[in-house]
Amino acid sequence: MSDGLEETSGLSLSSMVKEIQGLKDKFKREDADCPSPFADLEKATVLQECRVFSDAKVVTESPRKCSQLITKLLHIVTQGDAMSSSEVTEVFFGVTKLFQSTDASLRRMVYFFIKEVAETCNPDDVIIVTSSLTKDMNSNEDLFRANSIRVLAKMIDATMLGAIERYVKQAIVDKNAMVSSSALVAGAHLIRGSPDVVRRWVNEVQEALHSPSEMVQFHALSLLYEIKQHDRLAISKMVAQLTRGAISSPMATCLLIRYITAILKGSDVDMLASATGRAAYQFLELSLRHRSEAVIYEAAKAIVSLPGVEERDLGPAVAVLQLFLSSPKATLRLAAMRALCDIAIAKPAAVIKCNDDMESLISDSNRSIATFAITTLLKTGSESSVDRLMKQISSFMNEIADEFKIVVVTAIRELCLKYPLKHRVLVGFLANFLREEGGFDFKKAIVDAIVALMCAIPETKESSLLHLCEFIEDCEFTALSTQILHLVGSLGPTAAAPARYIRFVYNRVILENAVVRAAAVTALTKFAAQLPTLRASVSVLLRRSLRDEDDEVRDRATLALRLLGDDLVANTTEVNLLLEPFSMSFSRLGCALNKFNVAHGLEEEGLALNMTTLPVVDDMGPAASAQSASTAIHTSSPATEDVATELYKMPEFATLGKVFRSTSPIELTESETEYVVSVVKHIMDNDHVILEFLITNTIADQLLVDARITLESTDDDNVYTIVQSISAAKLRCGVTTRSWLVLRRNTSESNIFAAQFVAELKFRVLEIDPNTAEIEGDEDGFAEEYPLEDVEISTNDFMGKARVADTDFRSAWESLDRDGEVLEKFSLQFKDLESAVTAVTACLGMQPEDNSQTITDRTKAGVPHSLHLSGIFWVDVRVLVRAQLLLDEKAGCVLKMAVRSPVLQISQIVADCIK
Amino acid sequence: MGILFSRVFQALFGSKEVRILILGLDNAGKTTILYKLQNETDDEEIMTIPTIGFNVETLQYKNIKFQVWDLGGQTSIRPYWRCYYPNTDAIIFVVDSADKERLAVARQELQAMLEEEELKDAILLVLANKQDQRGALGAKDVSEALGLPDVRNRQWSIQETCATKGKGLSEGFDWLVTCIKGE
Repeated sequence: MSDGLEETSGLSLSSMVKEIQGLKDKFKREDADCPSPFADLEKATVLQECRVFSDAKVVTESPRKCSQLITKLLHIVTQGDAMSSSEVTEVFFGVTKLFQSTDASLRRMVYFFIKEVAETCNPDDVIIVTSSLTKDMNSNEDLFRANSIRVLAKMIDATMLGAIERYVKQAIVDKNAMVSSSALVAGAHLIRGSPDVVRRWVNEVQEALHSPSEMVQFHALSLLYEIKQHDRLAISKMVAQLTRGAISSPMATCLLIRYITAILKGSDVDMLASATGRAAYQFLELSLRHRSEAVIYEAAKAIVSLPGVEERDLGPAVAVLQLFLSSPKATLRLAAMRALCDIAIAKPAAVIKCNDDMESLISDSNRSIATFAITTLLKTGSESSVDRLMKQISSFMNEIADEFKIVVVTAIRELCLKYPLKHRVLVGFLANFLREEGGFDFKKAIVDAIVALMCAIPETKESSLLHLCEFIEDCEFTALSTQILHLVGSLGPTAAAPARYIRFVYNRVILENAVVRAAAVTALTKFAAQLPTLRASVSVLLRRSLRDEDDEVRDRATLALRLLGDDLVANTTEVNLLLEPFSMSFSRLGCALNKFNVAHGLEEEGLALNMTTLPVVDDMGPAASAQSASTAIHTSSPATEDVATELYKMPEFATLGKVFRSTSPIELTESETEYVVSVVKHIMDNDHVILEFLITNTIADQLLVDARITLESTDDDNVYTIVQSISAAKLRCGVTTRSWLVLRRNTSESNIFAAQFVAELKFRVLEIDPNTAEIEGDEDGFAEEYPLEDVEISTNDFMGKARVADTDFRSAWESLDRDGEVLEKFSLQFKDLESAVTAVTACLGMQPEDNSQTITDRTKAGVPHSLHLSGIFWVDVRVLVRAQLLLDEKAGCVLKMAVRSPVLQISQIVADCIK
Repeated sequence: MGILFSRVFQALFGSKEVRILILGLDNAGKTTILYKLQNETDDEEIMTIPTIGFNVETLQYKNIKFQVWDLGGQTSIRPYWRCYYPNTDAIIFVVDSADKERLAVARQELQAMLEEEELKDAILLVLANKQDQRGALGAKDVSEALGLPDVRNRQWSIQETCATKGKGLSEGFDWLVTCIKGE
């Protein structure tokens, strides 16, 4: 039995081998029938063969052989086998010797070669053929004249162009179409390097435009446009002239249509209303009936792309495009389909009448046409045709490339937004695509589409979430898995049956790589935090990750279990940490910790470090805070150095407590004056305010001594008393030195925080030699005063920007007693809501919450904008503000504001900030 | 029959194409000489522009085919002369006899060229051109200035010419023909 088997298999094997051999021979013979003469060319051999170019006899007697050699050279060059520069130089000079032959076809090959290597060769070497080419430009042979111009254009510079300009001009108006076209094309190349010279040829080019040859017309029009490009008036005139029927070439007409479109699009006024505009439009319409399809297409495309074109004006253009849809030529079908697809984006109604033709194109053998057809149909189709279309799509989805699939996915997403009732079918389709083969971009497009639809159409949320869960069961893309796990973590716990998602998530913990495992652990944590009923079971799952091999996964699991608590009776504040984004950015946290260390490092009894004892740190700049507040990831990088560092170094201030908050530096002079002064206000946690003046002397031959700032209150009620002044001993040029003032607030007037002072810089001037720094003249110097801008202490200096740390704004608001609420109504002078919101926020010095500083579209339409602000008022009073802003035609901007804090007085003080 | 005859004729008298380089400083008159030789009978004045690169023409003189290369004389082009040295039978070195200041430069270029290995078998004809110009040096003075009397290892000759009028060119070429036939 086994023998027999071997025998049969042996037999079949040998017969197969024979068959293969036969096939091989057959192929060999077929190959031998038409071998490429240039296959397997060796560069070195060919270069060797090219030495014969130096042999005058070979060159004059066998030009054909030389032509073949050049062909071989060109073949080698175009195959990507680069020649070294010395090789190029050698062979180039060899080829120049071929100019001694007058054989026309050899000369043509020489032109070819020079053109090909002109850029790789040393430009100094190339000029060696200039004289010969110039001579050829005057040759009697049309071929020589035409080609030599094209080669010259490749290598010539502006000065040399001047010398041959005359011949080029002649060639432009040459009788021979090829010569004329060559010169025009050369002009198009040269205009980039020597625009001035080429512009002088305008008359000749104009003449060539009326050549009987269609090719010359085309080239002449294109060059003429380049020459006049920067003169809009001249272009309009030229176009207007030509629309009266001067040109016969379809290609030139296409160009003309493009120029017209550019003019119509480029004008800022409504061109279609003007006389020239109407004439241009009429020309476009006329071109729709041109004999050439290219012109018809160009005209149709131009009309549909015009800005502000009415839907009824599209009619004729869409009609010709519709005719093209049934053309036997695939290019025409594709072009028309693509144009219609573009129209459908903005004006789907205009394309509806083509629906029948497009539906037949879905089965077109060209898949690109089919894709355009189907995506266009998705935009124009009615609700009732959706099901049928989806069936057709699924039949051909497998046959098209990923990028087309993405187009289809986007189209389905748009369709679903248009017909939300169809979401079941459409999302179902998207989910089906997810299961099919496809690259990352395709899958990401689908996931994005599904997620976007979940936000827009809440009904899809549950089913989509399940679709996505199924997808991550077998998903090779880590980025998508983590994205979906995050989504499941945030939406799953509030779904109807949260428990069903846990299996999907936990599977990831078992099966996936570390990044996905970490994301899954976080997702599980969110379920546990929000659903007390599931907490025990999820904790069991989380506990298994404590022995994960990856640090991050272990850390996340440990943190989660710790916060959930051993007894699983979790503290809400701590659980909130698991759900909410962290209340301050990491850089801010770093800043706050630094401050904390500086302030408490020296004290012996350590203050417990937690969120409430951390000093308040402002985000750097209002713009940065506006952005970072809305996103969990902080992108700006504020300096972590504490502004109060210098203050803590001063032994004089040791008894004044610690800093509650410091402002950013405020300039008291222009930045380019002789003495530059700025001030930083440090609000201390007792009744003191320390003013830190940064003084810079910019005069090289002056040394300032004993520089100090004096303040004089501008109003009578003395809110502050100056208790200490520390002057800067010496001020050298260019070195910033500090001077300090300590103010004490009179507590009897405890409700007033704001004050304004007239400030003056007082110092003595010693004249010095800027080079040696030796004092010249009077040893004591002379006293000098320098007025500064007013120093202002405002109420909002006492307000720390602090987000509601441990809960959301609404619950924080509810937790504050209504007794401490102050209601105010103001009318403000603002033209738009954006600037009003910015100004109110700055005025109060508080932190916007819930991204409420961003104006949404809805509020623009007459609905009041709600602004939520939070802050800490000196020293530890939580202040919250709910404000409503509305633009009113009569009253300007109306601001209604409710301020809540535990202390009514403080609420009032804050409310009074808006004045 | 005619072709056969000419072949026989060529075989008898040697159909060898003689390769000649016309060299010299810029504005010496090289291109004018080339085209004067090509259109011998033409009395029209030849207008030329500075040659950037080279001109090459084939001409027939006394049954000998000459392939004449006229290379540009500008400083920037002189380094490329050497690319055209191989297989050269004769060099025509053209000198502007009236341009006395640059005779020394011409001498340098000539001497450097004569030392080239690839040109060691080439014969040398110096044309003391522009004899019609006022103050033009005679053949003897030019010869002295170029150091020709010291050239001993090759055949050379000097000829006074006026290229624009075609004077002296045929005498010079006659010498070339004699030398080449005599080889």
